[in-house]
Amino acid sequence: MSSAPRTIIDKIWDAHAIATREDGQTLLWIDRHLLHEGSFHAFDQVRRRGAKVARPDLTFGVADHYVPTRNREAIAPDIRRMVDQLVENTTEHGIALFGLDDPRQGIVHVTVPAQGLTLPGLTIVCGDSHTSTHGAFGAYAFGIGASEVAHVMMTQTLWQKRPKRMRVRVEGALPPGSTAKDIALTFIAQVGADGARGHAIEYAGPVVRALSMEGRLTLCNLSIESGGRLGLVAPDEITFAFLRGRPFAPKGEAFARAVIDWRQLASDRDAAFDREVVIDGSEIAPVVTWGVSPEQALPISATVPDPKLILDVSRAEAARDALTYMGLSPGMKLTDIRIDRVFIGSCTNSRIEDLRAAAAILAGRRAVVPGLVSPGSATVKKQAEEEGIDRVFRDAGLEWVDSGCSMCVGMNGDLVPAGERCASTTNRNFKGRQGQGARTHLMSPAMVAAAAITGHLTDMRPLLEGRAP
Amino acid sequence: MTPLTIVESRAIPLALANVDTDQLIPARFMKRPRTEGYGPFLLHDLRVDPQSEASRLDDPAFAGAQILVARRNFGSGSSREAAVYALADYGFRCILAPSFGDIFASNAVKNGVLPAIISEADVETLLNDSMLRSGGLVHIDLAQQILRVGNHVVEFEIEPVWKTQLLNGWDDIDMTRSYSTAVADFVAHDAQARPWATPSL
Repeated sequence: MSSAPRTIIDKIWDAHAIATREDGQTLLWIDRHLLHEGSFHAFDQVRRRGAKVARPDLTFGVADHYVPTRNREAIAPDIRRMVDQLVENTTEHGIALFGLDDPRQGIVHVTVPAQGLTLPGLTIVCGDSHTSTHGAFGAYAFGIGASEVAHVMMTQTLWQKRPKRMRVRVEGALPPGSTAKDIALTFIAQVGADGARGHAIEYAGPVVRALSMEGRLTLCNLSIESGGRLGLVAPDEITFAFLRGRPFAPKGEAFARAVIDWRQLASDRDAAFDREVVIDGSEIAPVVTWGVSPEQALPISATVPDPKLILDVSRAEAARDALTYMGLSPGMKLTDIRIDRVFIGSCTNSRIEDLRAAAAILAGRRAVVPGLVSPGSATVKKQAEEEGIDRVFRDAGLEWVDSGCSMCVGMNGDLVPAGERCASTTNRNFKGRQGQGARTHLMSPAMVAAAAITGHLTDMRPLLEGRAP
Repeated sequence: MTPLTIVESRAIPLALANVDTDQLIPARFMKRPRTEGYGPFLLHDLRVDPQSEASRLDDPAFAGAQILVARRNFGSGSSREAAVYALADYGFRCILAPSFGDIFASNAVKNGVLPAIISEADVETLLNDSMLRSGGLVHIDLAQQILRVGNHVVEFEIEPVWKTQLLNGWDDIDMTRSYSTAVADFVAHDAQARPWATPSL
């Protein structure tokens, strides 16, 4: 083992490297493989080869992408087939499944960490780009395609090239009202949606250290929207406290032993990064997106950009195209953008803290537009109901539904109608992402709550005055 | 996987940046098995507009095109391999762009599709090339890492590992199985080194 200073990224990599070929490709051991309904392509590949899942004990299935969020008894047949297919495939291969009726069902990137399956120093893969979420625990977690899913199923390994390393240091302290979502969107707007391509990101600095596990999950979740392969935060006392006592986490002596190992998972002081980005946390305001890429994001106080003032040809045309799709004109205030509905949910922002933040704004107020609130898991839903948060959403006029990927990706039929504009806590404002012709503005849960109350994009900070955030 | 050495065909110019995988295949088409073919759903929601860049996919002047030229950050977003299925089933064997989503590029290679990187300036030149725009043949040589349209020659980049894999039509699984001893040694050692890494209820 090398004694040269190493980053956390390299430490985890080295601990999982089985063999490295002359061409630089390394065979990595995979500690956790997460599956969902979309994994059927990979199961088909495994079947075609007459192979079996090598390590079902390290593989977990979660029904999330297609699950209905209401009236689960009356599922449309084509959706039903997607959910049933996952049951059949996981049963055939002896894989544990958090299925439709399981109390642990939820979005894979919400429920798996909450179950204590995500641990520091693990390699975690899933056929979903937001697998970067699990990096919040100091895990090396990344999304893969169906062919790679099939490869992991058959071998519990994956060929990878060592990524470049990027450190994003967020200095200072966040102003009140700014959240992990705002850090992420600020970073993506700064480096671009392909700015971190080929890199693994370590988020560091006092602002990141001060984030709760929920905040870190949101921050790491959005790594893929900067083009990053993955994003992680070195584990610390906040991580260990979160994990202690979780169902699948190590217990007793084993936990104590694990914490000793996990404490080694910090970048060495002189470890070299290929790229460093420094962000002044005190300058981060609540951010909203105005376009069709997460890089098209600005503080809520800004105005819609004028493509004529963008020098780069490709970026100017992208902005023009975005404004046409979004139905916006250059120079208009972001706070003048009227919305038709709201969505609170997704692997980005559907955890208990997210729901509390939205509820703090909504309490005692009415939404003037319709909206959907889908908690990140059945467990989160239950907790929110115990805290009475569901009443706040219902009393405000929003629909409180079951957990799933829901209106973030619309696969289950939760869609934003064509031409409508949605203030959303999700991760992608891509054309048609929430439904054909739908227009999406990304923002934090409290910002979505504020937009619900006023009917237009709104700075939530004045609405929070005199209230506990 | 079919080896890829030379591609010669018409090339479709797609003057769009950030063509994410949700555009390449909208989520609602992903429930069907691959055997049904994904080609008709490639860029479905953009392609329906006859004024759009993507409408060239249905233009007889570009019939048989196996090459696509696009702007930066092609294939960003969702890891859905169905995006590559749609491209491959349509007939594309090479995508030229200044940058690709990492997961997309990896998925492409696994399906025998070449994600070739060319500079932003070269992309703009190709997008405006009259020969290319009128359905002229583009010649791509993977071994040489060059493309030719008329007398115009452009060099492209590709990860060396992916180049070898595409040229040979290698299969990862067979390669990995030849490492079974190393894997077994790793697992035995790892059980001692990280006893906490195995999940237990």
